[in-house]
Amino acid sequence: MQLTNRKKVLEQKPMTVAEKMYLPAIFNGLSITMRHFFKKKPTIQYPEQTREFGKEFRGLHVLRRDEQGRERCTACGLCAVACPAEAITMVAGERKKGEEHLYREEKYAVSYEINMLRCIFCGLCEEACPKEAVFLQNDKTVPPRFERDEFIYGKDRLVEPLNQANSKDNIKYRY
Amino acid sequence: MEIPVIAIQALIILAIFGITLLIATYCTWAERRIAGFLQDRPGPNRVGPWGLGQPLADAVKLFFKEEFIPANANKWLFIAGPSLAMLTALMSSAVVPFGNTLVLEDIGPIRLQGIEVNIGMLYIFGVVSLGVYGIMIGGWASNNKFSLLGAIRAASQNISYEIALGLSLIAVLMMSGTLSLREIALQQAEPLFGISGMNWNIFYQPLGFIIFLTCAFAETNRTPFDLPESEAELVGGYHTEYGSMKLGLYLFAEYVNIIVVSAVMSTLYFGGFNFPFQNEIGALLSNDPRIAHNIITILGTVVFFLKIFAFIFFFMWVRWTLPRFRYDQLLNLGWKGLIPLAIINIVLTGGFILLSEHFGW
Ligand code: SF4
Ligand code: SF4
Repeated sequence: MQLTNRKKVLEQKPMTVAEKMYLPAIFNGLSITMRHFFKKKPTIQYPEQTREFGKEFRGLHVLRRDEQGRERCTACGLCAVACPAEAITMVAGERKKGEEHLYREEKYAVSYEINMLRCIFCGLCEEACPKEAVFLQNDKTVPPRFERDEFIYGKDRLVEPLNQANSKDNIKYRY
Repeated sequence: MEIPVIAIQALIILAIFGITLLIATYCTWAERRIAGFLQDRPGPNRVGPWGLGQPLADAVKLFFKEEFIPANANKWLFIAGPSLAMLTALMSSAVVPFGNTLVLEDIGPIRLQGIEVNIGMLYIFGVVSLGVYGIMIGGWASNNKFSLLGAIRAASQNISYEIALGLSLIAVLMMSGTLSLREIALQQAEPLFGISGMNWNIFYQPLGFIIFLTCAFAETNRTPFDLPESEAELVGGYHTEYGSMKLGLYLFAEYVNIIVVSAVMSTLYFGGFNFPFQNEIGALLSNDPRIAHNIITILGTVVFFLKIFAFIFFFMWVRWTLPRFRYDQLLNLGWKGLIPLAIINIVLTGGFILLSEHFGW
């Protein structure tokens, strides 16, 4: 039975004398590898050198503030619902009098945690957020750590610092 | 022999021992570096500048690993295997002439060589073929079928290729008329086309050299003939069960073997410690014939090591270029290819010697 007409009969030719000597093929191969010996190596020496991220890169999360420096997140929980990895947990709280300069809406996140070991950096939280609060930065990654609980990022590390000064993860990480 | 001569000889033996081990250590580094470069990556470069501390780190790692002996292994033979492999590998460097003589004023000429025996070639041949016992014993003692298969492959491969190796050597011996490596090297100091120190056997024995080179790859169990190890088929081959420094000894023995084989090839075919224009360079540097001789000797030793390094590089270059032969291809090449060629080479050499004697060339 013939299913397609792409069948190809494989010819097994006996080796020619030159092929039997192996030497021409060997010299061919040797010259190819020697050319590679002198080629520039594309290796990136990782901790010292890093690859440039694309503009669309989805890296470490940040909780943004608005123009007046108030936290935008209203603890609606949409990001947590959208998250396929169930990496986000939060506790909501009511804004007291006199806290208007801290939180934009009447309800805010008392605690907001992302487990970076669960997170798959899909960016769905960013898409789900109605308040444009959570974003994935395109220039920062989660640095390696030794302890698991250090990967659970709380508000202290997620919220955008007021003066954009160095947060813990802004410091260039070195081994 | 007087005391100082013996002492100096002992020093030379010690130096050869140390240098061989040092080169073998750095072969492990060079192997990975070269492998990396041939594959468009830099290779180990973290420990020290250019990764030069890597062998030390590896040695520390190997030494501190658990001494593990499988429950069903034959304990003594399991230890004897790698020891024997290392011992035979190191023994063969004893007769290699690493340089000509150094003439000291009160003591007289000193040979830069472990021991001078007039059957040097035979000795190396014998010791190298003993090397397969290390692999055999280790593979058998581990009581593992992969190890045993590797060991059996090593044995049959070495036996097959030793014949071609010996036959290709005979052609050289016919030309030189001696089995002493030193004399073979000294004979190549003659001028060729007016260039002193260029009378290398490679110009008379190109076919013999190719056969010898191929067999050398098989004897040292290097790719394309690394069937005893062939990690794709036999897990780790004869050293599947080995770990820690016992594995280290096996790997080390392989590199020492490569060094010795490279040294022998340089001596037999590439002029040993002779280099082009050596007499002219010596005469240029000093008027005193004794000092000139010493300078040439030292330069010659350096050149000899450069030749060894070149061969080691070639071994690694080939390893990271060629795929492994199939076992039937290996035996076919050995028995049906190399041995007949080596015999033809002997006949041709004999014919040329006869002709040249007849016509007085
Ligand atoms: S990026 Fe994806 S996985 Fe990570 S927290 Fe956001 S929604 Fe969850
Ligand atoms: S980050 Fe956005 S989606 Fe998530 S709780 Fe805050 S406001 Fe809602």
